[in-house]
Amino acid sequence: MSTEVQHAEPGIFHKYFFSTDHKMIAMQYLFTGMAMALLGGFFAYAFRMQLGFPNQHVPGYGIVTPGKYNALVTMHGSVMIFWVAMPVLIAAFGNFLIPLMVGCDDMAFPRINRLSYQIFLLSALVLLSSFLVKGGPFGGAWTAYPPLSAVGAYNLTPIGATLWLLAVALEFVAFLLGGINFTVTTMNSRAPGMKMYDIPLVVWMIVLASIIFMCSAGPLIAGAVMLLFDQTMSTGFFDPTRGGDPLLWQHLFWFFGHPEVYVVLLPAMGIVAEVVAVFARKKIFGYKTVLYTTWAVGFLSFVVWAHHQFVAGIDPRMANIFSITTLLISVPITEMIFLYIATLYGGSIHLDTPMLWALGFIAEFMIGGVTGIFLGSSGTDIYLHDTYFVIAHFHYTFVPIAIIAVYAGITFWYPKMFGRMLNETLGKIHFWGTVIPFNVIFIPLFITGTAGDQRRVYSYAQFAEQSRPALQHLRTTSTIALLVMLAFQFVFLFNFFWSLRNGPSAGPNPWRSATLEWTVPSPPPHGNFAELPTVYRGPYEYGLPGLADDFLPQSVPDQAVGD
Amino acid sequence: MLERYSTAASTYAHWIDYQFLLIAVLVGFWLIVAEAVMFWLIFKFRAKDGRPTQYITGEESHLKRWITIPHLLVILCDIVIIVPAIMVWYNIKQVLPPPDETVRVIGQQWAWSFQQAGADGILDTADDIRTVGELHVKVNTTYHFELMSRDVVHSFAVPAFRLKQDALPGRIITGWFRPNRVGTYDIQCTQMCGIGHALMAGRIIVETQQDHAAWLLQNSSPALAGQQVTPGTAAAGLTMAEMRP
Repeated sequence: MSTEVQHAEPGIFHKYFFSTDHKMIAMQYLFTGMAMALLGGFFAYAFRMQLGFPNQHVPGYGIVTPGKYNALVTMHGSVMIFWVAMPVLIAAFGNFLIPLMVGCDDMAFPRINRLSYQIFLLSALVLLSSFLVKGGPFGGAWTAYPPLSAVGAYNLTPIGATLWLLAVALEFVAFLLGGINFTVTTMNSRAPGMKMYDIPLVVWMIVLASIIFMCSAGPLIAGAVMLLFDQTMSTGFFDPTRGGDPLLWQHLFWFFGHPEVYVVLLPAMGIVAEVVAVFARKKIFGYKTVLYTTWAVGFLSFVVWAHHQFVAGIDPRMANIFSITTLLISVPITEMIFLYIATLYGGSIHLDTPMLWALGFIAEFMIGGVTGIFLGSSGTDIYLHDTYFVIAHFHYTFVPIAIIAVYAGITFWYPKMFGRMLNETLGKIHFWGTVIPFNVIFIPLFITGTAGDQRRVYSYAQFAEQSRPALQHLRTTSTIALLVMLAFQFVFLFNFFWSLRNGPSAGPNPWRSATLEWTVPSPPPHGNFAELPTVYRGPYEYGLPGLADDFLPQSVPDQAVGD
Repeated sequence: MLERYSTAASTYAHWIDYQFLLIAVLVGFWLIVAEAVMFWLIFKFRAKDGRPTQYITGEESHLKRWITIPHLLVILCDIVIIVPAIMVWYNIKQVLPPPDETVRVIGQQWAWSFQQAGADGILDTADDIRTVGELHVKVNTTYHFELMSRDVVHSFAVPAFRLKQDALPGRIITGWFRPNRVGTYDIQCTQMCGIGHALMAGRIIVETQQDHAAWLLQNSSPALAGQQVTPGTAAAGLTMAEMRP
């Protein structure tokens, strides 16, 4: 364990840039992720403006040409998944919460942790540098199918394509290092008395997500190296004229790409579990069942990848197998959602901002879940594949995951992170100003997708069926809703930075929560616990009969409870 | 349901549309029930002074069945969805009915070109008709297509036919369609293929037997062989310099 960590206050440079403290590294990941989210949001703004108001000058960007459009959608997807969802959901929350929630002073490998962030930062800089090179950033979609991605003459962004690939590979290295840390810390550094089933769900979920990530990233890193060789050394791994196969990349990519969905989903589900338990003052309904369904999801997520490739030219018989596994995975996910809803039963529900976000996550994620059935069943996927129906579907999963659940987490743990409370009124304005426009953005896109709008085109002028005015109205509606949603994010940013100095002091446990992180001062000092805690029970002991208070913290010994 | 949003012009379009409807009804039911239960619980168990929380672990069997029964029903619904889904897939992608005609479809950056038999009815002869951006077919005729790509991955998509198939360089992928409605329909490329991706449009013109015969006659005189390239839609109105990022 972390015997080498010194708990003295370090100098400024060491504190903010070379810290090995898990909380500081969490903040580094959080703020980098937030900065990248602004960038990813700006890309969405630019290309949605082109779709909503074709060929107009976009304020703050300019004319969106076809090449720029491709680069914008590619970068939006890559940034939001690899540089926003991953660092914030796994790295920021994982780093901040795991040592505090399992009751130890720091990560098992603090220096590997620091290295992880440094490599992550490097990967972000490599990606950003691709905006400065000749030809501009890569525009071959975040899936980077070769031969388009492999040959500069096809994609016209030879340097951008290589930099994109390097950035993704580096980012993976960062998260492999992080994943090792999360897993080892949770397995080895738990407070005495904390049994496997006493670990809070969010910690379990981040660890399982890390394990899924580590198991799935290998093939893609191998594929990335092969693609890098194809780009720069004229090898032919994916070149059919020299015995290669473009489909090989698709398999390697999606073998990673589909588990990745669950890599970001699980931490979000974990955050929501914590928030729902605290604000409903309820024990999670069937804690163990939630965990078993998580394992089932994790396992099944490795055998569904080819549902992204039904019409990609794979053997059509394979589609049947993957269609069945895909519908199978809906079973544990549905069960998980049912358990979360059942947790509300018999509770005492307080609708503070974090709870609004958590309930918003469940309500919206269900829409994303059920629309996946249309795509997982191979018959309908023939029509819907690569249409806006797919875009609307996965944004109904990814926005709840990477935006709504993240806001639930930030508003919930903000008092612990910074020692002050956020403003409730601004928080609620921000919630409604985000969730309502979110639906107005993507419900129209379900319809345009059902009407046949294909993805990744900057203009529908060439397609008579898609040029109908009714469809253009829907696209414009979606764009305007996006502008509204983006505008409301400034309410959050103001609230976030204003409350750092002006929010009321939080105290150690403002939400009256039972888990360990709320037993230390806010913000927690270097080294976390003045005296390392001992754990006596599970994480969700709310509403126990016969107690003066309605919750029982994990670290209070039984004999101290009294009656 | 789908037909409200996109014309159906091939024999298997309705299979997909019915499958879509079936899924919409089943998952729509579950979505509405789950959302309704959730919002009802939020309302019913809102915080009130003096009302204590119930201590429930979720292990109690009389409560657990509220999860178990819906859980089993979900599995049942999954089966009801997956069986017809696979049947639709099987009949569209796995088995090919015997063809009346065969056409060759070639994708390249950024145009679709087509090769079909001329008056002699045989592919790969001197009177083959080659077109760019436009494919003329007969109504109520079963076509096999041989799909290939000259450069990157493209995807041959005809929304009105509910047809979609990626074109891979180095492979020939065979599929089928049978148009059952006269008209002109869009061909899309639905796989990112570079800066001209949005310009890679084409049209399928479904004609009556007589119209098609007339078109065939007009285009297959041996003197014209190899020249009948109709103006394509690709890169219309844009120069390469403008398309570059």
